[in-house]
Amino acid sequence: MTTKLFGEPVQRREDARLVTGQGHYLDDFGPGALAAAFVRSPHAHARITDIDVSAALDVEGLVAVYTWEDLPGALAEPLPLLIPHPALTHGRTAYPLARDIVRHVGEPVVMVVAEDRYLAEDACALIEVEYEFLKPVVGVEEAVQGAHLVHEDVPGNVGAHLVQEVPSREGRSAADAIDAAPHRLEFRLDIERSASMPLEGRGVYARWDAGDGSLRVYSSTQTSTSVRMAVAAKLGLPLPKVEVIAPDVGGGFGVKIVHPWPEEILVPWAARTLGREVKWTEDRREHFVSSAHERAQVQHVRVGFDDEGRVLGLDVTILHDHGAYTPYGIIVPIITSTQLLGPYKIGAYRVEFSSIYTNTVQVTPYRGAGRPQAVFCMERTLDRVAAYLGKDRTEVRAANFIGPDEFPYDQGLIFQDGRPLVYDSGNYPESLRMLKEMVGWDSFPEMKARAAAEGRRIGIGIGCYVEGTGVGPYEGGHVQVTSDGRVHVSTGLTSQGQGHETVFAQIAATELGVPIERVSVVTGDTRRFGYAVGTFASRAAVMSGNAIALACRKVREKALRIAADALEADPRDLEITDGIVHVAGTPSASIPLATVAVLSNPLRYAFDEEAKRATQFSGTSAMDRPPVDEGEEPGLEGRDYYSPIRSTFASGMHAAIVETDPETAEITILRYAVVHDCGKLINPMIVEGQIHGGVAQGVGGALYEKMVYDEHGQLLNASFMDFLMPYATEVPRIETAHLETPSPLNPLGIKGAGEAGVIPVSAVIASAIEDAEGIPIDRMPISPSDLYTLRLRLAG
Amino acid sequence: MKPPPFAYHAPVSVDEALAALAETGPHGKVLAGGQSLIPLLNMRLAAPSHLVDINRIGELDTIAARPGGVRVGALARHAAVERSAEAAAVLPLLRQALALVAHPVIRNRGTVVGSLVHADPSAEMPAVLALLGGSVRLARLGGEREVAAADFFTGPMESAIGPGELAVSAFFPVPPPRSGTAFREVARRHGDYAVAGMAALVTLDEDLRIAAARVACVSVGPAPVVIDLSDACGRRPAASVSWDAVAAAVRDGIDPDGDIHATAEYRRHLTGVLAVRALKDAARNAGTEAVDE
Ligand SMILES: Cc1cc2nc3c(=O)[nH]c(=O)nc-3n(C[C@H](O)[C@H](O)[C@H](O)COP(=O)(O)OP(=O)(O)OC[C@H]3O[C@@H](n4cnc5c(N)ncnc54)[C@H](O)[C@@H]3O)c2cc1C
Repeated sequence: MTTKLFGEPVQRREDARLVTGQGHYLDDFGPGALAAAFVRSPHAHARITDIDVSAALDVEGLVAVYTWEDLPGALAEPLPLLIPHPALTHGRTAYPLARDIVRHVGEPVVMVVAEDRYLAEDACALIEVEYEFLKPVVGVEEAVQGAHLVHEDVPGNVGAHLVQEVPSREGRSAADAIDAAPHRLEFRLDIERSASMPLEGRGVYARWDAGDGSLRVYSSTQTSTSVRMAVAAKLGLPLPKVEVIAPDVGGGFGVKIVHPWPEEILVPWAARTLGREVKWTEDRREHFVSSAHERAQVQHVRVGFDDEGRVLGLDVTILHDHGAYTPYGIIVPIITSTQLLGPYKIGAYRVEFSSIYTNTVQVTPYRGAGRPQAVFCMERTLDRVAAYLGKDRTEVRAANFIGPDEFPYDQGLIFQDGRPLVYDSGNYPESLRMLKEMVGWDSFPEMKARAAAEGRRIGIGIGCYVEGTGVGPYEGGHVQVTSDGRVHVSTGLTSQGQGHETVFAQIAATELGVPIERVSVVTGDTRRFGYAVGTFASRAAVMSGNAIALACRKVREKALRIAADALEADPRDLEITDGIVHVAGTPSASIPLATVAVLSNPLRYAFDEEAKRATQFSGTSAMDRPPVDEGEEPGLEGRDYYSPIRSTFASGMHAAIVETDPETAEITILRYAVVHDCGKLINPMIVEGQIHGGVAQGVGGALYEKMVYDEHGQLLNASFMDFLMPYATEVPRIETAHLETPSPLNPLGIKGAGEAGVIPVSAVIASAIEDAEGIPIDRMPISPSDLYTLRLRLAG
Repeated sequence: MKPPPFAYHAPVSVDEALAALAETGPHGKVLAGGQSLIPLLNMRLAAPSHLVDINRIGELDTIAARPGGVRVGALARHAAVERSAEAAAVLPLLRQALALVAHPVIRNRGTVVGSLVHADPSAEMPAVLALLGGSVRLARLGGEREVAAADFFTGPMESAIGPGELAVSAFFPVPPPRSGTAFREVARRHGDYAVAGMAALVTLDEDLRIAAARVACVSVGPAPVVIDLSDACGRRPAASVSWDAVAAAVRDGIDPDGDIHATAEYRRHLTGVLAVRALKDAARNAGTEAVDE
């Protein structure tokens, strides 16, 4: 059957548009719009004593200059704290424009609107802001001393503090279990800052229609529905008068789920105030210092284990660097502390984190969202256990795995969705078997010995993870078949290049029995679908995919009902193939879906030949029933929602072989292998693409990327020249294999795949370098210079 | 990231360009490939009030390879020089070095002469010019001067060029017979400026012993650092040189700084390692590269 597309490697339908320059990104809209630009704080911590805009007023083409004092009503209040949590006792968010104190370099202070961006920046350069310096707080370990405060009313700079403890089955605390264990280790593991760094920065374009008092906003966002609610609330507009559209978005990776950004409400407000179209397109420097970063954590580990390497007790204390504000709550450290356990069942677990304010850019989720740190922590721990016991690293992992027959498996913790951390399904021993075979784990020692004989150093590493995906609360889908036989699918969450236009069309084509060419998909447009949460947490396929499938099933049922009437058949005998409803086994008794769509909407007026069939004198409707039956609606369309009981848990394992140059300390990845299990695959090609992109970002995090702040809170590498994202030349060929353990939680049996690739890479590369060098690797990323320093230290 | 206002000049001849530069003096800047200047303008780190764009001056788009050396005009792109078979035949080092300059798209636009004038101490072409003892020809309204490499690179991003002057060409001389060259570097990513690296030149005597050896190091000083290693190589065949001593001589000859990509110690160590590798390559090439005598 040509329409059975679920599971097929269908080529991405959006690529022809995106790779030939036909995409429409934020900055492609509103060519004649006024441009906004911002004066941002050059200091990490300071009190604003005066703002003098007079010199800027002479710039020809200047339209408006705004400071905090100009902001009316709710706009003058701090931005919302999006995800409150009882442990976040001292949540703090910024004002859209700094009110009196700036808390990181890059914080917006003055908004300028001018005829174009050049003039707006000229005006910015002429605005003089006077600051009184305050002591900047940089680095969590300094911050936690509390000698200087980021927020005057947050003692010790501690925004949140959370402890979760799961006793062993025998009722032992983690501390007791560790003390009683035959072996104990204690160490520290560090990860530095990186960032989502989408190639398209943020951006907002707004037009106000004074005629009907409505506002249309385009935003490069991961959640248009939520931006809409925030804009309506902040501007005091009725919700139906606000439309928000996410056009083609050049990457998000987490940073664009944060909302409303200051610019996202200031630009619409300026558009309404000025009665002109206004646009702001973030530039790269702004993105570095004014959006969000992630990853930085200091983690202290205590572990107790037995002779087999089984972990009997694990105690992890995390210092999480939250930057200056907490708009996204404490989601990142919650994920680290809960996902740390990975595919393992351990005796007793205690995890404690403190979320610490510093005078740096705020921290919000970046692809992986706390998991790369978690996996680095757990996997480095198991490597240490293996080294201590002189055991193979994979043996120690296998000794700790949750068995395939132990699902659902309750880890006893509360996950990021506020629900119990219960794994729905998985098969970890099989993943490990596949990975070892793929990378040649068991024969690696001989390979290593051969290399050593040639004077070369190589090492192999491994990392395993479990990822909670498809978090709620819900997503919806709307599916409409029009009288031309076309199928229009819409869902509220947004796309940033993942391939939703393809996979959602595959789902609809399969469910409805129509050729994929007839299916079109719209995402992130509140004119089409108003209820949604957003694209994050590897949730789009699980949430919207299932919602669209359910909506399609409603449409299918209705189509079969109408067709059965027309064909005088039993709906249970009907099938849809290639867009034609027919009696199973009797292809001649058929009616095209297009005609069913015509019949579904009783008409008074004909607008074309087809439509005539549904008009009142056409003889198609039964005289003993109203044209639209009770409980029915006109039209062949359906809407449904999917709201899961809890997250579904994908998993995977990566291995890498690296070579380190004995003289130059250069690090080269020779092989990179991935086994990935995201349940039923909708499109294996797209899943592989997601994995490749994730691994590429993971390589960045492992070997190249870090945000370097000096003691004054200045970001020293705020450009692509010095913040090193890997090029294609730095990303190895990635070998992938899939395992399909269906999720029992949703109708399609799928799990999320978007973030997976990035999660274990730092752990895997660290493991491999450690194997090559025989030096403990306990902080990432690592550069050749860092490796050289470690060698010197080892040499004494 | 938009440049501040500037007046734009688009001369079509060298004379017109020199007139524009003379008129604008210290306020004028030459725009060649723009691969270094445009980012500086966009980040508002440079704010010249006049830009003199030389991209329409066809007479500057020249590569002249002669037995004695290669003269590269101001509009010859990195890529054109890299691809020039004539230039590579007399001076293989040009191609060896240019392959390491940035990425193909940047080499398609950026110019060799622009790279010299820009005088980034991490850039490859200044090191090549310094190693070979080449020169840059500077023209101004009513005059011209040829400045030797040793006098041209005066500091980080500083060269001897003065207000009103246009660099019209650079001359890369061919080394003596039985010479070989090589370029070795370590960059954080392919095409990045090097963490450390050098151009190396080895000249053999008739008995294939190393008669002269020299390197020009990048990223370890304010300008390319040329170190003569003839003594360190001790007039021996490459196979019996005490390479550890050569590496030590190189490490003694530099005073690198640390930055966010590498510590000073690592740079010093790495420069020594790369010098040995480059000199060995150069010695090997001295047999095959030797140009007609
Ligand atoms: C991403 C990236 C990576 C790069 N990596 C490297 C690298 O690894 N190695 C490397 O060497 N370079 C690298 N570059 C720089 C590149 O080589 C530039 O092309 C070169 O430095 C400048 O040449 P240009 O023609 O583009 O000069 P422009 O940018 O136009 O000008 C540079 C400066 O020189 C002056 N100037 C230029 N030509 C003349 C002239 N004829 N007379 C007087 N003044 C002149 C200009 O006024 C300006 O001050 C990189 C650039 C980028 C964008």
